[in-house]
Amino acid sequence: MDKKEEILKLLEADARLSAAEVAKAVGLSEEEVAKAIVELEKSGVIRKYKTVINWEKLGREKVAALIDVKITPEREHGYDAIAERIMRFPEVKNLYLVSGMYDLSVLVEGNTMKEVATFVAEKLAPLPQVTSTTTHFILKKYKEDGDMLYDGEELRRLAVSP
Amino acid sequence: MMRDKIARRVAQVPPSGIRKFFDLVANVEGVISLGVGEPDFITPWHIREACIYSLERGYTMYTSNYGLPELREEITLATKRDYGVDYSPENEVLVTVGVSEAFDLAIRALVNPGEEVLIPEPSYVAYKPCTIFAGGVPVSVPTRAEDEFKLLPEQLEAKVTPKSKVLVLSYPNNPTGATMSKRDLEAIADIVVEHDLVVISDEIYDKLTYEGKHVPFAALNGMRERCIYLNGFSKSYAMTGWRIGYALGEAEVIEAMMKIHQYAMLCAPIMSQKAALEALRRGNSVVEEMRQEYNRRRRLIVKRLREAGLECFEPKGAFYVFPSIASTGMSSEEFAERLLREEKVAVVPGNAFGEGGEGHVRMAYAASLRDINEAMSRLERFLSR
Repeated sequence: MDKKEEILKLLEADARLSAAEVAKAVGLSEEEVAKAIVELEKSGVIRKYKTVINWEKLGREKVAALIDVKITPEREHGYDAIAERIMRFPEVKNLYLVSGMYDLSVLVEGNTMKEVATFVAEKLAPLPQVTSTTTHFILKKYKEDGDMLYDGEELRRLAVSP
Repeated sequence: MMRDKIARRVAQVPPSGIRKFFDLVANVEGVISLGVGEPDFITPWHIREACIYSLERGYTMYTSNYGLPELREEITLATKRDYGVDYSPENEVLVTVGVSEAFDLAIRALVNPGEEVLIPEPSYVAYKPCTIFAGGVPVSVPTRAEDEFKLLPEQLEAKVTPKSKVLVLSYPNNPTGATMSKRDLEAIADIVVEHDLVVISDEIYDKLTYEGKHVPFAALNGMRERCIYLNGFSKSYAMTGWRIGYALGEAEVIEAMMKIHQYAMLCAPIMSQKAALEALRRGNSVVEEMRQEYNRRRRLIVKRLREAGLECFEPKGAFYVFPSIASTGMSSEEFAERLLREEKVAVVPGNAFGEGGEGHVRMAYAASLRDINEAMSRLERFLSR
């Protein structure tokens, strides 16, 4: 694995590692690592640094829904024009063009069920290219972006062993 | 007055230094432990899942004494593929309850009372006691930090006597992290031939080699018939609790080991054998990922130990560093005890690994980068006091 990839792996697992800490683990100087990180940020390989939060633990429950959207594609633009329009809504967290029974898969988040339902009814469904929507409210999150959102698994090692 | 209850052979072996230290650590809260001789990864899910599936399917019985035929087949295929050494799955493989059992069987199968077993030190803690339990006589062969803890032919030669029968090799090494190159091993092989020795080679850390390519002793010219080659799943696949390993060797010696195994153990647990099969068939990418992670930690810990002012041989394999603490003027036990009490970092005193270990401590870097960093900061504070 090349050094850039190693730096990215480390930051992907823990974005709060300092350049000095990363440097020692990959065997480069702190300056070299800092420079590499700036380059990776500038070139857009590193998009941003985020925190995985289990909001439920705070009692701050957000409501999310996956919405299957059928679209009539437009001449010359295909799905891109309508997708760009939909993705600008801040309520939309994820947006994918998918194969199969429908065209766009939209993840929408809001503070209440009513908020999400209103968004679908007043913003999404009335768009002229949208021919139908099916809304699936998310009941429980088990895993998000590769992180498991529960505490079932932990390391159970003896403190000292041969 | 009752006569001595415990057999002298057992009574003469002192309690484990690691055990003693474990009891000490258990009484301290908030410890960062670098004293653990096992991976900090949980067994990859696909391996655990394969075991669960086998239980659902009803695989709960004894297996052949030698182990499941398909597992033996897979072990021999992997050994051939990785190292070019060829064993027959029919009668040259024995699946055991960890390499620990395999080592015990090998020693018992080979050693007559009074015969000597050459053990390079510092070494893993079980070799010496197992030799004594089997009626053999352990003979320490020193290895030194200035030689990168390699076993040197002249050091070995100096300890060979007419009673020498077995040489134990274990590279990559616990606790030093030393490895032996092909050329290093060839020099040892000459002595093995000259003095007609049998080698028990414990290569449990083979997949965790960071510099150079691992060469099994059995792969050397003429050494296959002189070598019992031990390996297992604990370290490379993070499967310590499954207790599953194997021995490879000529049919004669494997049969002798099987004779003991069939009466003492019967067979390795079938659920662990099923999991091991999955590990060999589909576990290789996970092994490589874990190796890369250990390698990052290795670089970090060596760098920080040296910055803290401890002399430290850069380990080439396994997941241990074995820095010298001679500069502190403390004994290894005193150092480990004070570091635990004053800074809550657990390391294992070097004298637990034999005579040559005094003046060193063993630190395992099977811990997260964050924990290693924190432990090293505490160590720096401890040393600057």
